[in-house]
Amino acid sequence: MVLVVVLVVLAVGSVVFHFWSPWWWTPIASNWSNIDEAIIITFWITGVVYTAVILFMAYCVYRYRYHPDKRADYEPENTKLELWLCGLTTIGVVGLLTPGLLAWNDFVTVPEDAVEIEVLGKQWEWNYRLPGKDGKLGTTSIRLINDDNPFGINPKDPNGKDDVLIEGDDLHMPLGQNIKVLLRSTDVLHDFYVPEFRAKMDLVPGMVTFFWLRPTRTGTFDVLCAELCGVGHHIMRSSVTVDEKPAYEKWLNEQETFAALYPKAADGSQLAGTQEQARDITVITAKESESKTAVR
Amino acid sequence: MGIFHEITKKPWLADPAEDEGYHNQGASFLPNGKVGLRVFLCVVTVIFTLTLIAYADRMFFATWSPMPEPWILWVNTALLIASSVAMQWASNSAGRDNLGGVRDGLLFGGVLTFAFLTGQLYVWQQLVDLGYYASLNTANAFFYLLTALHGLHLLGGLIAWGRSMLRLRRGGSVADLRLSVELCTTYWHYLLLIWLILFGLLLMS
Amino acid sequence: MSNGVLDETQVIPPAEVEEVDLYHAKSFITKWVFSQDAKIIAIQYSTTAILIGLVGLVLSWMMRLQLGFPDTFSFISPEDYYQFVTMHGMIMVIYLLTALFLGGFGNYLIPLMVGARDMVFPYLNMISYWVYLLAVIILTASFFVPGGASGAGWTLYPPQAILEGTPGSQWGIILMLVSLVFFIIGFTMGGLNYVVTVLQARARGMTLMRLPLTVWGIFTATILALLAFPALFVGGVMMLLDRVLGTSFFMPEIIQAGELLGHDSGSPLLFQHLFWFFGHPEVYIVALPAFGVVSDIISTHARKNIFGYRMMVWAIVSIAGLSFVVWAHHMYVSGMNPYFGFFFATTTLIIAVPTALKLYNWVLTLWKGNIHLSIPMLFCIAFILVFLNGGITGLFLGNVAVDIPLSDTMFVVAHFHMVMGIAPVLVIFAAIYHWFPLMTGRFLHEGWGLFHFWITFLGSYLIYFPMHYLGFVGVPRRYYEIGETSFIPPSAATLNEFITIMVLIVGFAQVVFILNILISIFKGKPSGENPWDATTLEWQTETTPPGHGNFGDELPVVYRWAYAYSVPGVEADFVPQNLPPDQIKRSGSSGEAVAEDPPELHKPE
Repeated sequence: MVLVVVLVVLAVGSVVFHFWSPWWWTPIASNWSNIDEAIIITFWITGVVYTAVILFMAYCVYRYRYHPDKRADYEPENTKLELWLCGLTTIGVVGLLTPGLLAWNDFVTVPEDAVEIEVLGKQWEWNYRLPGKDGKLGTTSIRLINDDNPFGINPKDPNGKDDVLIEGDDLHMPLGQNIKVLLRSTDVLHDFYVPEFRAKMDLVPGMVTFFWLRPTRTGTFDVLCAELCGVGHHIMRSSVTVDEKPAYEKWLNEQETFAALYPKAADGSQLAGTQEQARDITVITAKESESKTAVR
Repeated sequence: MGIFHEITKKPWLADPAEDEGYHNQGASFLPNGKVGLRVFLCVVTVIFTLTLIAYADRMFFATWSPMPEPWILWVNTALLIASSVAMQWASNSAGRDNLGGVRDGLLFGGVLTFAFLTGQLYVWQQLVDLGYYASLNTANAFFYLLTALHGLHLLGGLIAWGRSMLRLRRGGSVADLRLSVELCTTYWHYLLLIWLILFGLLLMS
Repeated sequence: MSNGVLDETQVIPPAEVEEVDLYHAKSFITKWVFSQDAKIIAIQYSTTAILIGLVGLVLSWMMRLQLGFPDTFSFISPEDYYQFVTMHGMIMVIYLLTALFLGGFGNYLIPLMVGARDMVFPYLNMISYWVYLLAVIILTASFFVPGGASGAGWTLYPPQAILEGTPGSQWGIILMLVSLVFFIIGFTMGGLNYVVTVLQARARGMTLMRLPLTVWGIFTATILALLAFPALFVGGVMMLLDRVLGTSFFMPEIIQAGELLGHDSGSPLLFQHLFWFFGHPEVYIVALPAFGVVSDIISTHARKNIFGYRMMVWAIVSIAGLSFVVWAHHMYVSGMNPYFGFFFATTTLIIAVPTALKLYNWVLTLWKGNIHLSIPMLFCIAFILVFLNGGITGLFLGNVAVDIPLSDTMFVVAHFHMVMGIAPVLVIFAAIYHWFPLMTGRFLHEGWGLFHFWITFLGSYLIYFPMHYLGFVGVPRRYYEIGETSFIPPSAATLNEFITIMVLIVGFAQVVFILNILISIFKGKPSGENPWDATTLEWQTETTPPGHGNFGDELPVVYRWAYAYSVPGVEADFVPQNLPPDQIKRSGSSGEAVAEDPPELHKPE
């Protein structure tokens, strides 16, 4: 009978733990509360099933424990019962998938008015690039990356010159603005993860990936890497501060652009050395503008 | 299909037809070796299918410079076809109880296969000499990978062939050899088919 | 003849298909070392798997020491930690669980349960073990090469797996991949045996639907393994070429230490697709044998037929089929085409339905049963609770939008340990306690067994249930240490300490278990034949343990399904599968022999 008690305690105790433990998600800071809602629905449906099944099993262990004078029932199958259970489970599954897939549909549909920003990850630091006054990010190529052009911005692209570069410092985001976060890596897989934002996505070298969000409360939040990227994986940290619009504008004006930080790279004067390099740049930028939109 | 009929039966019910007729309970009357080879060929099919899917994926999405096609590859293809013909000859001879035919067919089949593998190594040599290293681009890498996988599977077949040759050398009769000859023949035809597909894709890309 | 009366029981030939070619070993070496007897091979597989599994267990203690008490154990560096993480995962999933369920249990139980003398290709079976051992040795060697073992995570994702910055990228990864290639070759050889033996070598009367669910589970899992391991093989060979020859199957343009490496236009995602095309079926390769074993042990110890046998078979088969179309639920945040998420979330949640049905049927087998709370039964009940928990958290992760915040957090670690680590291992324990009397003629010590059970069950639940909540907080996985954050409360560190202490306690209980096995082989209470009164063929051998050739001079003839427990009208509460109908003692009869099975045995529903 110890087992019966233990089963009941585990089932009930798990529910109690859920409501009383100090470990729960951090308060959300983005528009993705429909993900949180889907999680709550999942807890309700699965929690009820879990508790019901375990308590029923405890009952069976108690009621049908061995007795030499008793005899077990002989019933090879009960199609009706099995079909009912199948049907109820399917309904439960539909109940889980519906809010989940609706939330996912939102996740994959980037709003038209989303502003693009770029996160450039590498072992083991985070850098950021904002579109600047023209509102557009310049094209880039990994082949253009060197000490004078750490983001590999294409000098022939006029949109790139006013891109705001943030190296080794905190990112800021404006409150209430739809933001499409483009993710680029120059070496291995990383993942840009801010627990308060809920949304995250891997950075894949050779590709540009993305996710979108809308910050909904101000504050400063930790950025963690969420895809194993070598021995520095656990110290690849940064932070993102969500500001009200005026404070954000003030911060933005204090940041430097590509043209200001790396004038030689920005005007292309140290790259146009040979015909081959010039041809390289043309080929590269044509490829990049394709790959930026193609997400595989 | 038989299998669906089988697994919808209710085994706790008496099935008089079943017990009465003493069926072979669904086992195939094929020898175990043939069943085993068929299962194994499914495994090999999965390996090559996945590699070819990866090949197609990279062909469309990566920078691709097709490799040259040394004419030796055509010779090798002919050698492989001939080795399949020889193995089939051995198999037919086994069916007709003709030990001499079995011996000759096996011998030629093996020798021609060794010639094919030598030819493949020669192709590799030629391409490396011309500078078409595996690391140069994806098309090269896939060429070497696919031909290596195919060659290694043939080498495995040659181990089975070797055991049959040994048994022959030790005075085995046609009855002793028939199953292994038939299995080798099936395997050889299968690997020929794989080679024709690989070769065709190589020519097309 | 339509009333099912069986005639001429004395002259039924035992097998219509050819008997397995039995090899009779003559020397010590060919009998005990290079043995072709599946029972010996099974013990070889099991011993090797358990030994390497103990290495994996110790690695997990090292990891938990670092996570629980990061400041105390400063001799564990980040490089060490990531190597522990990687080797622990790879060893446990592949070299312990897969090898033990298929190579260990499969080899011992399949010939016995189907009524054959041995596997159909005994020589190949023997070779398969030695190839597996070679794979284990190569893997272990990776600890001792320059740079040490790989630290890329058991998932071995490129580009990092073969680049500097990841431990073992010089030699460790090469040995890891070569070891996997050998493992796959060895397992193909073994797998051919298991599949063809079940298809071809069943005793007379043993139709597919009279097979015990243990055989269905292992058989289906083997088919999965034969079709899924090639994906790992292809991915592994390609990665080996990327590392050794500098090809670019998976390597795009990469800058390291300011220099552009020589690679170009490879796709890291291609590896992930190949890996998970293998990786998802792999978890069912481990789970399906466990499902089968649980069904058989519960029904034997509850003296009741497994509820809904047909549905259980169909569930096993449909889970196996569906397992090939869910793989990218491991890749929701990988950067793959986001629209794939709709498809894979749907298929993943669909696969929950047959899995849930199996769980309901296990519980319904207990209902109206006559339940012996023996140690095997205790472990099975614990399995049901743990697997239900783990399966449910899988529903969270399978639902794509819900996975986004939870992926790569401790929630995932807790989920897969519940469902792959604890649940199948509880079944392994149940199976060992259940079949130990068959293999040795003795029981394992009951008192130590109860100690082992309670510590393992409760301890494991206390380790992994709270861990899910660390995932909700946002604690990432594969972190050497959490360090300073603004959002993780200090109580999380306390929870980590608690979990580490529980891990060490549970670990100690496993040592007790191993000692129990070693001592009970010689000093265990004798069990006699068929101590659990089971119906299946492995318990109906002439001798216990079964001798060479399993069944003596005559192979068994099977007359009924594997679950004739507590049949109304029969005196005993079980009818072995091979008992001739005229030998069944009816209840309340005067001992008259009746030539047919009692009608209730075959009652239509």
